[in-house]
Amino acid sequence: MTDIGFVRSELVTARPAPVRTTGAIAWAQKNLFATPLDTVLTILGLLFLAWIIPPLYGFFFGNAVGPNGTVEQCRMENAGACWAYIAAEMEFFIYGFYDIPEQWRPNIVFALGAILLVPLLIPKAPFKRTNAVLFIVVYPILSYFLLAGGVFGLKVIPTEKWGGLLVTLIISVIGITLSFPLGVILALGRQSQLPIIKTVCVGFIELIRAVPLITILFMASIMLPLFMPQGMTVDKFLRAIVGVTLFTSAYMAEVVRGGLQAIPRGQYEAASALGLGYWKRMWFIILPQALKHVIPGIVNNFISLFKDTSLVYIVGMKDLLEAVKTKNDTALEWQSANTATTGYIFAAMVFWVFCFGMSRYSMYMERRLNTGYKR
Amino acid sequence: MTTREMGHDAAPRVSFFNDPVIRGIIYQIVVAVILVGFIVWIVGNTAANLAAQNKTTGFDFLWKTAGFDISFSLLPWSRGSYYWEAFLVGLLNTLLVAFIGIVCATVLGFTIGIARLSSNFIVSRLATVYVEIIRNIPLLLQLFFWYFAVLKAMPAVRESIALPLDSFINQRGIFVPRPIPDEQFGFVWIGLALAILGVVALRHWAKKRLEATGQRFPVFLTSLAILFGVTGLFFVVSGASVTFEPPVLERFNFKGGLALPPEFVALAFGLTIYTAAFIAETVRGGIQSVNRGQTEAAQSLGLKENDRLRLVIVPQAMRVIIPPLTSQYLNLTKNSSLGAAIGYPELVNVFAGTALNQTGRAIECIAITMLVYLCFSLLTSAIMNWYNARVKLVER
Repeated sequence: MTDIGFVRSELVTARPAPVRTTGAIAWAQKNLFATPLDTVLTILGLLFLAWIIPPLYGFFFGNAVGPNGTVEQCRMENAGACWAYIAAEMEFFIYGFYDIPEQWRPNIVFALGAILLVPLLIPKAPFKRTNAVLFIVVYPILSYFLLAGGVFGLKVIPTEKWGGLLVTLIISVIGITLSFPLGVILALGRQSQLPIIKTVCVGFIELIRAVPLITILFMASIMLPLFMPQGMTVDKFLRAIVGVTLFTSAYMAEVVRGGLQAIPRGQYEAASALGLGYWKRMWFIILPQALKHVIPGIVNNFISLFKDTSLVYIVGMKDLLEAVKTKNDTALEWQSANTATTGYIFAAMVFWVFCFGMSRYSMYMERRLNTGYKR
Repeated sequence: MTTREMGHDAAPRVSFFNDPVIRGIIYQIVVAVILVGFIVWIVGNTAANLAAQNKTTGFDFLWKTAGFDISFSLLPWSRGSYYWEAFLVGLLNTLLVAFIGIVCATVLGFTIGIARLSSNFIVSRLATVYVEIIRNIPLLLQLFFWYFAVLKAMPAVRESIALPLDSFINQRGIFVPRPIPDEQFGFVWIGLALAILGVVALRHWAKKRLEATGQRFPVFLTSLAILFGVTGLFFVVSGASVTFEPPVLERFNFKGGLALPPEFVALAFGLTIYTAAFIAETVRGGIQSVNRGQTEAAQSLGLKENDRLRLVIVPQAMRVIIPPLTSQYLNLTKNSSLGAAIGYPELVNVFAGTALNQTGRAIECIAITMLVYLCFSLLTSAIMNWYNARVKLVER
């Protein structure tokens, strides 16, 4: 027997359709107008954009003087950015005082660098080892002789004449290739059991990290000549590279140390148990894991180094920023209200493209190796 | 059983040069000899070079008159002042710009870091754009931009732009009214000190009561009331007053008021903008580092939104945020040395620049300058170690 106590006699009224969770309106409701506060913020943000975008657009495009413009146009009342100035001085911004008929030499160096670097950055490209050796060992030497001249009948061009983006790139590339191994050695030294080696490394790292780069460059510029035997001069370019490299290697050492400390003790012990000596243990077992851990930190250091090259004006090198500043201050034929601003914006854009590119590449590598610190 | 004992007494036979202990000693001796040799070589070279240039060494120059001008000084400065006074002026200027930069960058950085995590699309995108633009442009370039392209491009003194509150901005900097407290104003400071003491006592009492009875007390609002109330009461009762001396345009420049030179404004502004981007990233990372489960656990304990943040999320986030935040503060202090490039008379500019050029005592000047920064750094890491030990996770 079934005892049915309740039988529904009419249909249930239909429920309202579920709130849309896709589409533009739902997205706006969720991301822009979720709460009253959100709505206020959205409106404020839109007002801010409406306030800032038209003048920026006017400055960069609308009222700007194109690359083919004249200085008279730049001097007009409401003229925007003076791109004509950049176009006219581009040669100086890239090569500095490098002899004009010889500019094919830096061009080859740029091209060669790109040809070697691009396959190095693409994970699937073959011949990684050869490629790396070419880029790290052969390329700098070749570039030096190509740029400085004096061999194969090339005209000698002293480093004082190098300038602009050329110097910025050379110092960063050499700084990166030198400071990385130096940093790894310092980090290993800091982890060492041997007290004297450990003390020396800790002292160096802490001393360098404690002081601003500007004082190290001051030191390289003023005190390095004093340290050398009498009559021996140190090239300005070399001073800049020594200063930047020493500075970055100390920071690199701390990043690498973080990676070394993240490796469990078992890895060290297992490597020892296999009978590997210290260097083999480090090279085959520890460093590959440790460095993978700290790729973001290493790239961050490279980015800092790239930005820090702007300080080499202290030792008297004309890097990109200093080249732009020099022209801003001295190019009287281009003087107008916006010349200096345009120059600095151009330099900022160049620096930004390189740094942003590096940081995006590091994020891509991080995802690929899946080693980012996920918290 | 007759197994052979593998005792410790039978030390493994290793050849002399393969013994790790002996090797270690040899390596260290080699490093020490190279290092000492290098130092001896450098010192010898330096002595020879100095002798050849007829230069003397020593710190006696500190007590000689400097004879140069410093454009911006917190201490009384004249051409007759000594070099050690120049050192102090530079040091104080560094500390001043670092302090202001740190305060402003913290406020801006926390705001932008929280904005980056906002669920509001526009707000978080604006914050992201700010961080990505500012972080990827060298600080020196930004300083040049603010100094040469913005502040130096301001109108001349005659055509100064008037800002609200009797302030003016022109090529020579920003001019704001100078507050002049009268003699009675000391009482207000006493009132403020008493109010702070009162707030500390109140917090203590409220916590005790919460632990004893479980009853909450609105500490924050009461504290605000005490701070403003007591200070205001002292202000009114003592009859103290503050007059503002506005800057007045005279024939060639502004007279009176407080003049902030463009170098200072550009440096403080540039440092703030630049460091804030890094602080924002630190803050974002810190907040994201707190596991979602923590929020959910706090919810299930029945904590309200405010308490959840105050008692659960923020303390854990701060543990992650504070160490990198401190190193950002140190970076800002070190970066203030870039003021030398735009002519702000901070330590490097005054002492490692002008004083060094005038006296020729390169080694002494640079050593003193570096020592100052080394002290900043050691002080910071000492504080950090203390803090880390205090907040360290205590596990089983």
